[in-house]
Amino acid sequence: MLWLGVAYLAALGALFVTSLWAQNDFTGEIERVWTFDNFRQLWDFPVYRTIAFRTIGIAALVTAIDALLAFPIALYMAKVASPRVRRLMVIAVLMPLWASYLVKAYAWRGMFSEGGLIDWLGSPFGLHSPGYGLAATTITLAYLWLPYMILPIFAGLERVPDSLFEASGDLGAGSFTTIRRVVLPMAFPAVVAGSIFTFSLSLGDYIAVTIVGGAGQLIGTVVYANVGSANNLPFAAAFATVPVVVMLIYLAAVRRTGALENL
Amino acid sequence: MSNTSRRTRSLGALVSVAALALVAACGSSGSSGNANPGSQGFTPPDIPMQKSLGAKEGQVNILAWPGYAEDGSNDPKVDWVTPFEKQTGCKANVKYFGTSDEAVNLMKTGDYDVVSASGDASLRLVASGDVAPVNTSLIKDYSQIEPFLKDRAWNSVNGQMYGVPHGWGANLLMYRTDDVQPAPTSWGAVFTGASQYKGKVTAYDSPIYIADAALYLMRIQHSLGIKNPYALDQKQLDAAVSLLKEQRQNISEYWSDYLKEVQAFKTGDSVIGTTWEVIKQVAAGEKVPVKAILPKEGSTGWSDTWMISSKAQHPNCAYAWMSYITEPKPQAEVAQYFGEAPANGQACKITGAAFCKAYHVTDKSFADKIWYWTTPISQCLDGRTATQCTDYGDWTQAWTEIKG
Repeated sequence: MLWLGVAYLAALGALFVTSLWAQNDFTGEIERVWTFDNFRQLWDFPVYRTIAFRTIGIAALVTAIDALLAFPIALYMAKVASPRVRRLMVIAVLMPLWASYLVKAYAWRGMFSEGGLIDWLGSPFGLHSPGYGLAATTITLAYLWLPYMILPIFAGLERVPDSLFEASGDLGAGSFTTIRRVVLPMAFPAVVAGSIFTFSLSLGDYIAVTIVGGAGQLIGTVVYANVGSANNLPFAAAFATVPVVVMLIYLAAVRRTGALENL
Repeated sequence: MSNTSRRTRSLGALVSVAALALVAACGSSGSSGNANPGSQGFTPPDIPMQKSLGAKEGQVNILAWPGYAEDGSNDPKVDWVTPFEKQTGCKANVKYFGTSDEAVNLMKTGDYDVVSASGDASLRLVASGDVAPVNTSLIKDYSQIEPFLKDRAWNSVNGQMYGVPHGWGANLLMYRTDDVQPAPTSWGAVFTGASQYKGKVTAYDSPIYIADAALYLMRIQHSLGIKNPYALDQKQLDAAVSLLKEQRQNISEYWSDYLKEVQAFKTGDSVIGTTWEVIKQVAAGEKVPVKAILPKEGSTGWSDTWMISSKAQHPNCAYAWMSYITEPKPQAEVAQYFGEAPANGQACKITGAAFCKAYHVTDKSFADKIWYWTTPISQCLDGRTATQCTDYGDWTQAWTEIKG
């Protein structure tokens, strides 16, 4: 418990303290004077607002795509597939997690490139690869975080008793109605749990966007640029508090729905 | 209840202890910042220069651009560090860095004795007191260094050298010969004419790239009155920024990792953009049909300097390294491996005249066409005193806005 406190809270505390310092633009020395300049700068320059909203938008889109893709897969795994097929599918879902994140991101870079796999597949239909950019980033992130959505939903659906399906059917509901009125409400906490993973992971990502994002910027890349190249640690810390705040709001909102208690 | 509050309080104490430790750890390097070059002109902190050489310490910690201190581990044939170790008895511990800003960060730790600093890092290191003046009389072959590289704005302050020139080169315009026709001769191809290659243009991902746009404006838009691409007042910076925002519409991606640029040219995701000689060599080596030219407007470029840390723990071995690396033979080896002009013209006797002609080693007029990376400061570098120029912080800010 103590270690958890040191590792997480002290790091967050240090982050917040740093964000209140200033930096000498020329020498890059951190000046330890208390100031809200970094936060003011975040607010005053519209570009940072655009980047923050873009990042939140992409994280939300990735979460929505993952939820839509994951639900049928998880439902099939939990309720339709035979135990053998189910085991194979769990392995298949877990397998991408064994491979390095970088390898997967670079694989997508190859696929999105000029004359890459997507171009080649799309060319008979007159379609083109979207090229490097936000669309490519969204697709890559959705791919990367899909297992984190499938597994919680799968675990949640497994706990739904089969008898409920039969009862619903006996009362005259079609399978679609059963899913909508019985399964979805019971799986909702699991979807929320998955969305916390996909949303927070997308919110903080900077590697995928540097690899397939073209010239696009997200919160992660701006933080990275400020730490690595501009050497402006205080400003990086200030911008890094934005995802923390967004996540806190998100968690608070989720708690209100009561989803967390049913986990 | 009291139990909970005590736990909360001890946790709070813990956080503040951690924060204090952080303050203390960083505090040691902040003492030299009495000079404020941002607004008051530029007075480097008073750091003593080494007068004479003493006994060697047995090792030296070197911070270098990739390819500047090869010990044969990347390619057994490329090795000038081992001879240095044999000759001087100083064991060389080499660390490579990727960007100038990373070099500045690492030098602040005080763990490194010498650094190969480009012009956009050198003045910042001088101003923050992280590097010491260099006693050039202790450098064996200093007299052989090309005169046009000595006492320049990026390696000296008030007539005092803060390093030994190492080598220089120009940022070039690279294009795929199969996609870009007719062959470009001007930077205009990536600025005003960039829409012709929409979504296929690339550019260097650093605030210092703003100078490339400023250089182009300096040539085509005389009414702006730009005299030096690193000395931009607010109006001139705004003009460069709007040019770059226009270019942004046509950018496929910005590069800072040179292998990523090679790959993008190989697949055709980028067909035209700024580059370094070494990148062109690698791309051409992979059979990519590329050419790189120095456009008629001239170009930005780098001129690197070996500097010694003010906190060097092995100053005598550091001097031995600076002395060794500027001798003709290692100079020739570095220049050929990295693809740049060596600072020591005597290296041409080893590389052969053809190499030196290709890199314009002793060609002052070519070197003068290059605007070397220099850190922009609020005191205008072009000599204007009535106006305030934009500094590197403004450029960093502007760069984020350009990328959007």
